[in-house]
Amino acid sequence: MSWPDRLPGAVAGGPEVDCRLTSRLAPRARKAADCGRQYPLGMRAVGRVLLALTAAASWWILYRSLEPFSNWLAYSFLSMADGSRLAAAVQFFIYEAPKVLMLLAVVVFGVGIVRTFFTPERTRRLLAGRRETTGNVLGALLGVVTPFCSCSAVPLFIGFVTTGVPLGVTFSFLISAPMVNEVALVLLFGLFGWRVAALYMGTGLIVAMAAGWVIGHLRLERWVEDWVRHTTTPTAPDGTVEPPSWAARARLGRDAVKDIVGRVWPYVLAGIAVGAGIHGYVPQDFMASIMGRGAWWSVPLAVLIGIPMYSNAAGIIPIVQALLGKGAALGTVLAFMMSVIGLSLPEMIILRKVLKTPLVVAFAGVVAMGILSVGYVFNLLL
Amino acid sequence: MEVTVLGTGCARCRELCEEARKAIDVSGVAASLVKVERIDEIVKFGVMMTPALVIDGEVKCSGRIPRMPEIVSWLTAAAARTT
Repeated sequence: MSWPDRLPGAVAGGPEVDCRLTSRLAPRARKAADCGRQYPLGMRAVGRVLLALTAAASWWILYRSLEPFSNWLAYSFLSMADGSRLAAAVQFFIYEAPKVLMLLAVVVFGVGIVRTFFTPERTRRLLAGRRETTGNVLGALLGVVTPFCSCSAVPLFIGFVTTGVPLGVTFSFLISAPMVNEVALVLLFGLFGWRVAALYMGTGLIVAMAAGWVIGHLRLERWVEDWVRHTTTPTAPDGTVEPPSWAARARLGRDAVKDIVGRVWPYVLAGIAVGAGIHGYVPQDFMASIMGRGAWWSVPLAVLIGIPMYSNAAGIIPIVQALLGKGAALGTVLAFMMSVIGLSLPEMIILRKVLKTPLVVAFAGVVAMGILSVGYVFNLLL
Repeated sequence: MEVTVLGTGCARCRELCEEARKAIDVSGVAASLVKVERIDEIVKFGVMMTPALVIDGEVKCSGRIPRMPEIVSWLTAAAARTT
């Protein structure tokens, strides 16, 4: 039995339903005793909101005190010399590690709740029969908020294309879903600031929209495996699944935190440790000559190296941290990161089950071109 | 009763199998556990997210790993309906 099942709000069953009915019918002033040991709905909601506010306030206070605390720990408590390399590295790690993990927990919780509103079934209804351009934009945006795991790529693909979602729109979704995700954005925000995070999100969405649009216009439908086209997928009629309550949404959000943060924290710590090392020790322009802005071939090379590599967003951050810290150009590094997360050999092998080789190649080619342009545009502009 | 786990064999699918096995033991319901890994079989259930759990042909959840107590409640409800 996991602890949330014992939360007062999480108890499902008779008395709670009765309580809701009576409190809705009767005036609010009616005594709580009418509902046995349960509080009336109004009281319970107020209690829950207060609890949430207290949690948010303590989170904020804790978050704000991380920096002074890390300074105190590094310079006063451990009495390291101000300005020494070791002190800088230690202070960086003590500050960044809890900061990024706290941000991650909050964002994953929020996104987990948002995702309870966007089931794949709902997304499919929103996308079915859409015309190209609008569909591509919507598909890429929905890719961010719809729950997605790369092992579901194939059933999602079949579920989409067999119910009238255009091929190009389906691809916009499938490209943005793994690439633009909350873990990548939090890590980029926490370690490199909001500009890098926003750039990554914006360009990731544009690549997904444009690549899906191009794939749609190449008229590649005949390269979808024949058995997929002959599959009829049963669809659950609307309204059969009742929407979850807010308590259930909060529980799903918390499950997401446990699941995702529980899985990625070692990578996050590794990334920050690498960052701390660079912060203290490595000269800034170490990588500048080979991956700097001047080397035009570095972008395609980064994309090519990235394709066979497979990693989730959290796993790639230590490498990104190292490359950026040693003077590699931002566009090159973003292209590398997108290529590792968005294009992977294992994913293509999985997609080969539903797509014939020419379509897999076209998919990889179009996305790679998109990523390439992102790399070049950034290196030119920044 | 037939409990079916749909999943292409990733870590999350194996985890769901484990939870389902535990739930069957705990609930004491006579049920067989089947794992469906073929993608064309999986899509016939109308499921778009794996792993998914099916009890007597009815999709109970997809795209997440329900924990053992939740599966037990589904199992006992299904058992009560059949008898």
